[in-house]
Amino acid sequence: MIGELIATRDAFGTALNEFAKDNKDVVVLDADLAKATMSCRFKDAYPERFFDMGISEGDLVGTAAGLATTGKIPFACTFAMFAAGRAFEQIRNTVAYSRLNVKICGSHGGVAVGKDGASHQCIEDLAIMAAIPGMVVINPGDAVEMRGAVRAAMDYNGPVYIRLGRNPVPVVFDENSYTFEIGKGIKVREGSDITFVANGSLLDVAMKGADILAKEGISAEIIDIATIKPLDKDLIIESAKKTGKVLTLEEGVIQGGLGSAVAQALSVSCPVPMRYIGMDNCFGQSGDAADLMKYYGMSPENVVAKAKELI
Amino acid sequence: MYDVKLIEKQAKEIRRLIVKMIGRAQSGHPGGSLSCADLVSALYFGVMNVDPKDPAKPDRDRFVMSKGHACPALYAALALKGYFPMEELDTLRDLGSILQGHPSALKTPGVDVSTGSLGQGLSVANGIALGAKLDGDDYYVYCLMGDGEIEEGQIWEAAMSAAHYKLDHVIGFVDYNHLQIDGAIEDVIGNGKIREKFEAFGWNVITVDGHDVSQILAAIEIAKRSKGLPSLIILNTIKGKGVSFMENQAGWHGKAPSAEQVEQALKELED
Repeated sequence: MIGELIATRDAFGTALNEFAKDNKDVVVLDADLAKATMSCRFKDAYPERFFDMGISEGDLVGTAAGLATTGKIPFACTFAMFAAGRAFEQIRNTVAYSRLNVKICGSHGGVAVGKDGASHQCIEDLAIMAAIPGMVVINPGDAVEMRGAVRAAMDYNGPVYIRLGRNPVPVVFDENSYTFEIGKGIKVREGSDITFVANGSLLDVAMKGADILAKEGISAEIIDIATIKPLDKDLIIESAKKTGKVLTLEEGVIQGGLGSAVAQALSVSCPVPMRYIGMDNCFGQSGDAADLMKYYGMSPENVVAKAKELI
Repeated sequence: MYDVKLIEKQAKEIRRLIVKMIGRAQSGHPGGSLSCADLVSALYFGVMNVDPKDPAKPDRDRFVMSKGHACPALYAALALKGYFPMEELDTLRDLGSILQGHPSALKTPGVDVSTGSLGQGLSVANGIALGAKLDGDDYYVYCLMGDGEIEEGQIWEAAMSAAHYKLDHVIGFVDYNHLQIDGAIEDVIGNGKIREKFEAFGWNVITVDGHDVSQILAAIEIAKRSKGLPSLIILNTIKGKGVSFMENQAGWHGKAPSAEQVEQALKELED
């Protein structure tokens, strides 16, 4: 239901079970974090198709790659930090280079991990994964989008990275009408003065910022880009042509993530003034998730401030 | 049951081809390719159930060359086996070649797993074996590691996993030639006691002369009878085996021979 608070990792665990029921090729691997990534639900439902690899992420990814060569559809789950970080090279060389059908599922992405601090707040995962040739990179914005992304990743033959969020975020999309397509953005709100391009937890922040601006007579168009790669350039360019200003929002480094991808696309076809919300060349720290989001500028108030810089 | 004479003959031909193709490419890794030639020949001309006419047949045995830099040995065997024309060997490492500097599953018929970045192949072999178990298949997964390669931590992660999941259809090999790029294994980081380490990780370990085809074949038959334990066969080998000036020389790890050196090597490798 729209507005309901659900963590995307929660939706991930549910969706995995739902769709794996009729697809016996789906196998799930975890690295001692099944209760956090929510792959534990799959473990309970289909224990013969679940493999706990222990705290060894390189082995997790390599084993998933081997399973993929036998026709299985492995979902390899751990924290974003240890998937995209620790196992980057296994993903790059053993999975992506051979275009193996492995789904890398990185939970606890972004700073909203909270009190565990910077060591566990992976802010680079999307940028790192997007740098790998042929990798599909998805950061769903709510539970409904996550369900669609899991289905799409399962049906797609090739390597995919999906970021899962730890904390509950409001449901944005109507589950009855929503459809997910890899590489397709969604115009969440029509506007005319400025374009917001957001994904993940920042989708909700973008909408709240737009609500404030609307009261001041500023009309923001909001585009949800769950798939950072391949990027829906057409949708972004079309909107930028209309509004002439673009603000990108992401819970991660602005160097190499969504903002960079959008800027690269626009610089070729439709250069417009831009601003970026996200982590700007700094690590996170311990703290309450809400406090951290505000501290690093990933708040509706900062959306308003950044938007006004452009208007 | 195996044609030992044929395997020995093909091993020698593999060695000649290794020298020729690296000499032509003026790039590649002769030392570790020559040291594993007897094993590769034993697998492709004796042990493995594979069909070059149907490289992807589901019940085939798999070979993961985790020490991917030794791929000239693999390419020679695949060509001799008929996976692709012999002339392709003359394109090794060239732009557009199906024979990359390190194995690429997407480019080379008969290569199941892309390797080259050390330490990763055993995990992949385990994954294949898990897939086989799920499907009720009983093919074997052979994985060749270098002795320097097992300094990589992931090898030991995978060693743990293979034992935990009782992957008795995983048969690993360590090409124990005692040399890595920077010198003797024992000098670089002192990784001895390979048998003891793998045994401690729950493996069934067998040690043989890695240049004695009969011993290799016998060890594989013993390994196949292992129930519930993965097996490791330690191959005592000589780096650069068969070419006198390359033998036991760390310097020939990744250096190409000159035209004169190729000629001399081929003379030594004559039947």
